[in-house]
Amino acid sequence: MAEEAKPPVPPPPPEGEKKPAAEERAAPASAEPAKPAAAAKPAGPVPVPWTSPLVEKYRGQYGSGLDAQTYLGQNYFAVDRSLIPDILRLLRDEEQFDYCVDITAVHYPQREKQFDVVWILYSFPRNERVRVKTQIADGASIPSSVSIWATANWLEREVYDMFGIQFDGHPDLKRILLPDGWKGHPLRKDYGILQQDNEWVQINLGIESGQ
Amino acid sequence: MNDSTHDASSRALSNLDLETPEKPYLDSNELIINMGPQHPATHGVLRVILKLDGEKVLGTECVIGYLHRGVEKIAENRTYTMFNPYVDRMDYVAAVSNGLGYCEAVEKLMNVEAPARAKYIRVILTELNRIASHQLWLGTHALDIGAMTPLFYTFRDREEILKIFEKYCGARLTTHAFRIGGCQYETYAGFEKEVKNFLTFVAPKIDEYEELLTTNRIWIARTKNVGVISAADAIALGVTGPVLRASGVKWDLRKAQPYAAYSEFDFDIPTGTNGDTYDRYLVRMAEMRQSLRIIEQAVNRIPEGPIMAKVPKIIKPPVGEIYHSIEAPKGELGYFIVSDGSTQPYRLRVRPPSFVNLQALDTMVRGLLVADVVAVIGTIDIVLGEVDR
Repeated sequence: MAEEAKPPVPPPPPEGEKKPAAEERAAPASAEPAKPAAAAKPAGPVPVPWTSPLVEKYRGQYGSGLDAQTYLGQNYFAVDRSLIPDILRLLRDEEQFDYCVDITAVHYPQREKQFDVVWILYSFPRNERVRVKTQIADGASIPSSVSIWATANWLEREVYDMFGIQFDGHPDLKRILLPDGWKGHPLRKDYGILQQDNEWVQINLGIESGQ
Repeated sequence: MNDSTHDASSRALSNLDLETPEKPYLDSNELIINMGPQHPATHGVLRVILKLDGEKVLGTECVIGYLHRGVEKIAENRTYTMFNPYVDRMDYVAAVSNGLGYCEAVEKLMNVEAPARAKYIRVILTELNRIASHQLWLGTHALDIGAMTPLFYTFRDREEILKIFEKYCGARLTTHAFRIGGCQYETYAGFEKEVKNFLTFVAPKIDEYEELLTTNRIWIARTKNVGVISAADAIALGVTGPVLRASGVKWDLRKAQPYAAYSEFDFDIPTGTNGDTYDRYLVRMAEMRQSLRIIEQAVNRIPEGPIMAKVPKIIKPPVGEIYHSIEAPKGELGYFIVSDGSTQPYRLRVRPPSFVNLQALDTMVRGLLVADVVAVIGTIDIVLGEVDR
C-alpha cells in the first residue's frame, strides 16, 4: 500500500521497508482512538501495523527485512527478497499455512524494483489468511516454492507467462496460457491491450492480424 | 505359462515375452497420445497429452490456454463498473457466483457493504446457480461415463432455474445479476412464490437423479476408487470445493469465512471419505440439498429495505489492495485487486478454482486406464472459460 501511494517516486529503500516503518510511527499517533473511521474521511483507510505473536516472533528473527501491516483487516508481510524461501517454508512448517491460495505479481514500471510478487496463503487449522509480498527487479529471479506447495507449479508458470518473472528451481518453467513460441508478457504495463505477437499470429494462424 | 501371480498388466505381457515380463507391451516404448483439444469429453477445449503403457496411464500433461482472452488485462483497461459483466464469461455456468465474488471484492476495497435485502437476494440467486452448475456437471459427467438419461433430467430441471434468472435480470447464462453496492433490480412480483415452487419441484428430482445412479452397478464400477486423491495431496495441490470435501476435509468458505448473508443460515458441509469419483458425486448431490435448505431459509426471511448501498456513480476505490474469495460451485474463487485510486483497477487477479483443481488431474489419473481419464476430467468439474480466462 505505502509504496503504491506515490507511484511516480521510486522508493529508494531496497525492500521498501523504510516507508512502511514511517507509516508505522505515524499511524498509531493519528489513528489510535478510532482507526477505521478517523482515517477513512480524507483518503480512505490506511494500513496499520499488524501486531500478533506471529509477527513478533519473525520480527525478532529477521528484523528489518520483514514488515507486517494490516489493511482493511487483511494481514500481509512485505519481506526482503532474500528471505523468500525461508519465510514461506517457516509459514508452512511452523505456522500451519498449509494451503497456498495464489501466487501472482503486480508490475510497477516506474519503480526501480519493478515487480511485486505476492503469495496468498491460508491456514486450515488457524482459519487465517496472510499475504506475503516482495519486490524484485526486472530480469531478477525468485526462488520457486513448488517444493513447499505443489500447487505453486502452475501458478508460477502463469506468473512467468504473464510477467516474465523467472522462478529458480521450478521443475518445468514454461508458458501455460499463451503458446510456447509467443514473444512478450502481456500483463506487463508496457504491453498494450491490442498488442500481440504478430509474427506468431501470421505464422501459426496465417492471418495478418487477430483483431 | 508363468504360474506366479501377476497383476493385470503383467499377465497380458507374460503371453508375449516370458523372459522379460517387465518389458513394455509389444516391445514398444511408451505410447504418447493426444486427447483433445476438440474432444467431447474434455468439456471445452482442453488438450491432455497422455503417456500410456497399453491402456494404463503413466502420466499426463495438460495443455491449456485455447480460450485465453486476457480477462486480467481487460480489467486494467476498463472501469470497475465496465468490468463487471466480463467476470460472467469466466465460469459461464456459474456466472452469478463470479459476479458475487467480484462485487463483494470491490465493495470491500471501497469499504461499503451491501444492504441486507441485497445480500439475501444474492444468496438466493447464488445458491440457485450452484444447483444449476451441479446439475450441468452431473448431466455431462454421467454422459461421459455412458449414462445418457441424467443429462435430459438435469437439463430439464435446470431450465426452471434459468427461467427465474431470466425473469429477474433478463439473461439466462451470463446474468450480470449484481452491481457493486448491491443489486440493480428489485425482485419481480411473485419471485418468492416462484422460488418456493422451484424448491418443492426440484427436491424430488434430486432423489430421481440419485435413483438412477447412486446404486447403479455400472455407475459404481466406473466411479468407485477411481481418481482417488488423499486429503494431504488435495491440500498441497490447492484443490478446493467439492473435490477437497470429498477427500474428507470439512472446509467451505461459506462457513469458514462467511460472506454475503451466509452466517445467518443453517446448513451442513457434506464431506466424503475416500476422495474418489463416487464420493465427489455424493458430495455434490448432498450440496444441492443443502443449497435448497439455504434458499428456503433465505426466501422465507428476506428482509425489506433498499437493494443498493450508497455508492458513488463513478467508482474510485482508495489506494490499496484486497483479496476476497467466495465458495463458488467449483471451489475457492478469489479476486485480488490493486487500486491506485483511479477508476480502473491497477491490477486485477482472478484466482480460478477450475485452473487450480485441474492441476490435480495428473495425480488423480496416474495408474488408471484411459477410459477413467474421461471420468476424472468430469469429476473435477472444470469450465475451460475459467481455466483459461
